[in-house]
Amino acid sequence: MVEVEGLCHWYGSGEMRRQVLQQVNLTIQPGEVVLLTGPSGCGKTTLLTLVGALRQVQQGHVRVLGQDLNGSNRRQRQQLRQRIGMIFQGHNLLRCLSAEQNVQMGSDLLPNLGYRARRDQAREWLRAVGLGDHLDKLPHGLSGGQKQRVAIARALAAHPRLLLADEPTAALDKQSGREVVDLLKRLAREQHCAVLMVTHDPRILDVADRLVQMEDGRLIAAPVPEPEPAL
Amino acid sequence: MSGVPGLAAIWSRRKIPLAWLLLTRQPARLAVALAGISFAGILMFMQFGFRDGLFDASVTVHKLFDADLVLISPRSSSSVSMAGFPRRRLVQTLADPDVAGITPVHWNLVIWRNPKDLSTRSILALGFEPGDPLFTDPGLAAKAKVLNQRGRVLFDELSRPEFGPVAEWFREGRTVESEIGGKRVRVGGLVGLGVSFGADGNILTSSETYQHLLPNTPPGSIEVGLIRLRPGSDPAVVIERLKNSLPKDVNVFTKQGFMDFEKDYWRSSTAIGFIFTLGAAMGFIVGCVIVYQILYSDVSDHLPEYATLMAMGYRLPTLLGVVAREGLLLALLGYLPAYAAGQGLYSLVRSATRLPVYMDTPRAVLVFSLILVMCMGSAGMAMRRLGDADPAEIF
Repeated sequence: MVEVEGLCHWYGSGEMRRQVLQQVNLTIQPGEVVLLTGPSGCGKTTLLTLVGALRQVQQGHVRVLGQDLNGSNRRQRQQLRQRIGMIFQGHNLLRCLSAEQNVQMGSDLLPNLGYRARRDQAREWLRAVGLGDHLDKLPHGLSGGQKQRVAIARALAAHPRLLLADEPTAALDKQSGREVVDLLKRLAREQHCAVLMVTHDPRILDVADRLVQMEDGRLIAAPVPEPEPAL
Repeated sequence: MSGVPGLAAIWSRRKIPLAWLLLTRQPARLAVALAGISFAGILMFMQFGFRDGLFDASVTVHKLFDADLVLISPRSSSSVSMAGFPRRRLVQTLADPDVAGITPVHWNLVIWRNPKDLSTRSILALGFEPGDPLFTDPGLAAKAKVLNQRGRVLFDELSRPEFGPVAEWFREGRTVESEIGGKRVRVGGLVGLGVSFGADGNILTSSETYQHLLPNTPPGSIEVGLIRLRPGSDPAVVIERLKNSLPKDVNVFTKQGFMDFEKDYWRSSTAIGFIFTLGAAMGFIVGCVIVYQILYSDVSDHLPEYATLMAMGYRLPTLLGVVAREGLLLALLGYLPAYAAGQGLYSLVRSATRLPVYMDTPRAVLVFSLILVMCMGSAGMAMRRLGDADPAEIF
């Protein structure tokens, strides 16, 4: 699914050049849920953007969904991104589109499907995230948790094999954050979709199959905490 | 739909109409954009309309002539300075097998006295043999009979009011008499021709009366020779033949060429074309600025959303297409009100100035093309902003 070997990354140039990733090695198996934690500024997001084919790889080896990202061009990265679902810290929904239309922006990426089929899939996904009654609402009419659930539906609508999530619960309260990650995990499982989630929300660490900690651009393996006892 | 599988397939391949939704979900911004585009369009319609209307007005009378070809003197430069040429040149053209008929026409500006307030003003007088066909309007022949009496004129009821209430008086049954060049004339009927650049009004007379009113006209000299061709003959061929056979003291035009000759005079000797084209250019530029502002801020406001779409795997050209479609939609939506308002304002201008300003297809297409260029150009400029959408920055 994802193989990262000896990945190094720098920002800036000349005197200002600063190394943010040092010799990162990471493998994610199909269907595995991996949580990446660590203090802010340690390079988590950079790693996520490199795996998500949003940035050019500088040094090291990144292989995602069978495609080498070293020396990839814009077009290759764009095509690979169609097969990767992304969930952002903010929901990043399109403000002018209804919930259903936002999700359909995801299923519109699927080739060879008629408009009706793509729309029906979008509705299906919204029902799966529990928003079957809010199809026609615009994002500003939804709560934070609902918006993030729309974003999950949108990310999954393109049938990704890999889902990248950057602090999906950062803007949510404890309960809706919990609901969102549980939903994310359940749906990813059903789709056999691997998940790489960056978070420093300690309340959700237990959803991970594997926990990876990052510090100063290096990865440290960490044990998965026991699920919180039900309150 | 089922009967047209190609269309059905395209229809089912459609995506979320993002450009449309981006525009319509911000109604205030859309209204500003459409108001700006419509304003620019109306401005262009008006300026081009005035320009073309003024040029068209220079050939109000030319248009009416029943002629395929026209002879004029090479010394004539425009309708306000027509020179004479020998009438026998026109008669000579009858030797050509394709010439079916001719009408010699006298043409000059004369001084008309307003019968009410006795002020004087120059008016265009056309002299012809009352039995000859002059205009394509078949109604003239009956009215022209009265011209056989000496001293009678047909007055153009569309002349400007400064010539006096001639038409009203005549319709009331009064005998309307006036003076031309100090000689008494009586209005024998009314015709509807229309004012032109060179002439604020028109009268028609017989050749005989014309000679009487303008005694200095050399006998056997005319200003315009109308030639009618046999059906099916090629005017271009006949013109070549006539040019070769006639001496150089006449010029041969087609009727259209005669009108273009007149329009060219006003185009080259006045600043009308420049002024109104400049006015239209201002409208175009104002429109460009407005559309660019709207689209640029629209792209800027939605930059994170565009970046999100790129992160999802949408291609940059697809997103550029969204901006281009916004431009196209703005052009279409902005043009319609401009077109409607243009129609209304043209009829207002027609009634206020008697200028022949009509919404013709070439101008409607021209203004639409300019609006399209305006919107697409602005969209193209606004697209450069999209290059700033970096999907790596949104995490």
